Amino acid sequence: MTYIDQTTEEPVVRAVSPPSSQIGPVAWVRKNLFSSIPNTLLTLVALFLLWKLIPPLLDWLLFSATFSGSGPEACKATTGACWTLVGVKHRFMLFGFYTYEEQWRPAIATIVLLALICGSGYPRFWGKPLALAWLIGLPLFCVLMWGGVLGMPMVETDKWGGLPLTVVLAAVGIVVSFPFGVVLALGRRSTLPAIRTVSTLYIELIRGVPLISVLFMASVMFPLFLPEGVTINKLLRAQVGIILFTAAYQAETVRGGLQALPKGQYEAADALGLSYWQKTLLIVLPQSLKLVIPSLVNQFISTFKDTSLVLIIGLYDFLTTSRTAVADPAWQPFYVEAYAFAAIVYFAFCFSMSRYSQFLERRLGAQGRR
Amino acid sequence: MTNTAAAAPATSNEPIISFEEVNKWYGQFHALRNINLAIAHGEKVVLLGPSGSGKSTLIRCINRLEEHQAGRIIVDGTELKGDVKAIERIRRDVGMVFQSFNLFPHLTILDNLTLAPRWVKKMPKREAEELAMMYLERVRIPEQALKYPAQLSGGQQQRVAIARSLCMKPKIMLFDEPTSALDPEMVKEVLDVMIELANEGMTMMCVTHEMSFARAVADRAIFMAEGSIVEVDTPHELFSNPKNERTKQFLGQILGH
Ligand SMILES: Nc1ncnc2c1ncn2[C@@H]1O[C@H](COP(=O)(O)OP(=O)(O)OP(=O)(O)O)[C@@H](O)[C@H]1O
Ligand SMILES: [Mg+2]
Repeated sequence: MTYIDQTTEEPVVRAVSPPSSQIGPVAWVRKNLFSSIPNTLLTLVALFLLWKLIPPLLDWLLFSATFSGSGPEACKATTGACWTLVGVKHRFMLFGFYTYEEQWRPAIATIVLLALICGSGYPRFWGKPLALAWLIGLPLFCVLMWGGVLGMPMVETDKWGGLPLTVVLAAVGIVVSFPFGVVLALGRRSTLPAIRTVSTLYIELIRGVPLISVLFMASVMFPLFLPEGVTINKLLRAQVGIILFTAAYQAETVRGGLQALPKGQYEAADALGLSYWQKTLLIVLPQSLKLVIPSLVNQFISTFKDTSLVLIIGLYDFLTTSRTAVADPAWQPFYVEAYAFAAIVYFAFCFSMSRYSQFLERRLGAQGRR
Repeated sequence: MTNTAAAAPATSNEPIISFEEVNKWYGQFHALRNINLAIAHGEKVVLLGPSGSGKSTLIRCINRLEEHQAGRIIVDGTELKGDVKAIERIRRDVGMVFQSFNLFPHLTILDNLTLAPRWVKKMPKREAEELAMMYLERVRIPEQALKYPAQLSGGQQQRVAIARSLCMKPKIMLFDEPTSALDPEMVKEVLDVMIELANEGMTMMCVTHEMSFARAVADRAIFMAEGSIVEVDTPHELFSNPKNERTKQFLGQILGH
């Protein structure tokens, strides 16, 4: 360990090691787990619970589980999980009622979409090539999903289902609702009474009702207002419902960031003669969005999971297809496995988002902060 | 005798800033009372007075960070009214330095300086950067250009803030207690920069209690209390021979203790 004494003119470099009783794993354990009697008790209780929980869980998930077989009979004797279910039914769980022979298309399409999203996550890639990638990627996604060209048969959206549907609803929901939410947040803080009132009304109205009712209205009530003969695709209606709903929540999160920004930042921007939009885009948003990254990503995670509610308007998202896979009476005893599989996949997505939030915070925080 | 309508000195006939019967309220609170004031081109004025007397409010009205409710404020021939475009135009010509610096923490020093020239004046990047480096040299910290504000000392940050305003080539500079947030040993480096600026003929209005600075550069010192201008005189006269009771009392407090 080196220690630089900065109080003298010439830096004096001395080698100083901390006392060995304060470093190393033993010291860490003593300091963090057994520093006091209550702390020791808590540690022991936690260890006991882990010892009671982890081995049986691992046993069920892995050691006693059945992985092979082609039907429910394979799991007759097992005491663990019956992953045979996933082996046999994974195509339906992942893709729902999408034409069986064509399921490679949603698979590729989903990978393309996820790759685009992951790529957009790295500040290093932000720029023209990324925009170009989206310009190519999005149409590619649509072409693969719909088909109807290049010899790929058309697959209507009411056949879409499973993971691709969940990913599309969540990704488009998040990407579109975010700017909308920012605009609403700015609107709510506008000095123009009309804009402020409309934004506030919208936010409070949408926040006051559950997503289920927004989806329900989008799917059942909305068509009643359309002229005879005009129909709007069910998927699109659900998507719009999710966007409208999420935007209201995003708006409140962003508003928190806008309020947290010191008044002096607004004044300095004004004093330099920046216009409202220059001030907002160059000074206010970069700082306030950075402040609310954790809450924003929290919101993204909620949105991802909330997409499972589209089931009430008859869309088969990933959770619904997983559950439908065990509708077959022979498979019914294994519904826990269906939910467990869905949970693992949801967890993988949500945990990635959470880690990404931490990465982004560190990355942007590295630029000198106060 | 509360409202001294000060005549502009002989440097120019047309004042660059003029207040005519200006009144301002915060809700029910009367923050500025019948302010009449004319500042000539190139004039340097210091404002002093007890806390809450309305010094900040007065200079913040000049670039419309605060809105006045009655009377007229005319800056460089344009009256400050509701017109947003006119206000933005005036703000380009009026630089302001704050007590708490208010640099943009997410931008480097260089980007802090080039931001307004590039976006407000649409100056090409190269040109804006050359300009910025020139002003950074004038405030004697060109070597800090690529750092972030948080990495600088208070005195350095305030000099950057001055340079940031100067990059817009303003006709008027407003300072609101530019040295009160600084440690004593950093006050001088900021005041030196301000004195240089004054000597180059910039029109300056400065809220400060730095007597030596006021004596060195100011043409007039204005004493405010309770939202009114109480006394206006040369710094020398005001400090050594105040006529008003409240001025005497205030000076006694800040000089005496
Ligand atoms: N935004 C505001 N809302 C309500 N009252 C305000 C506001 N800003 C200032 N005031 C009040 O107006 C009066 C004048 O404030 P101002 O900041 O101009 O005083 P000051 O002379 O600059 O004082 P200081 O030396 O403390 O900076 C104070 O009494 C203050 O409380
Ligand atoms: Mg003040």
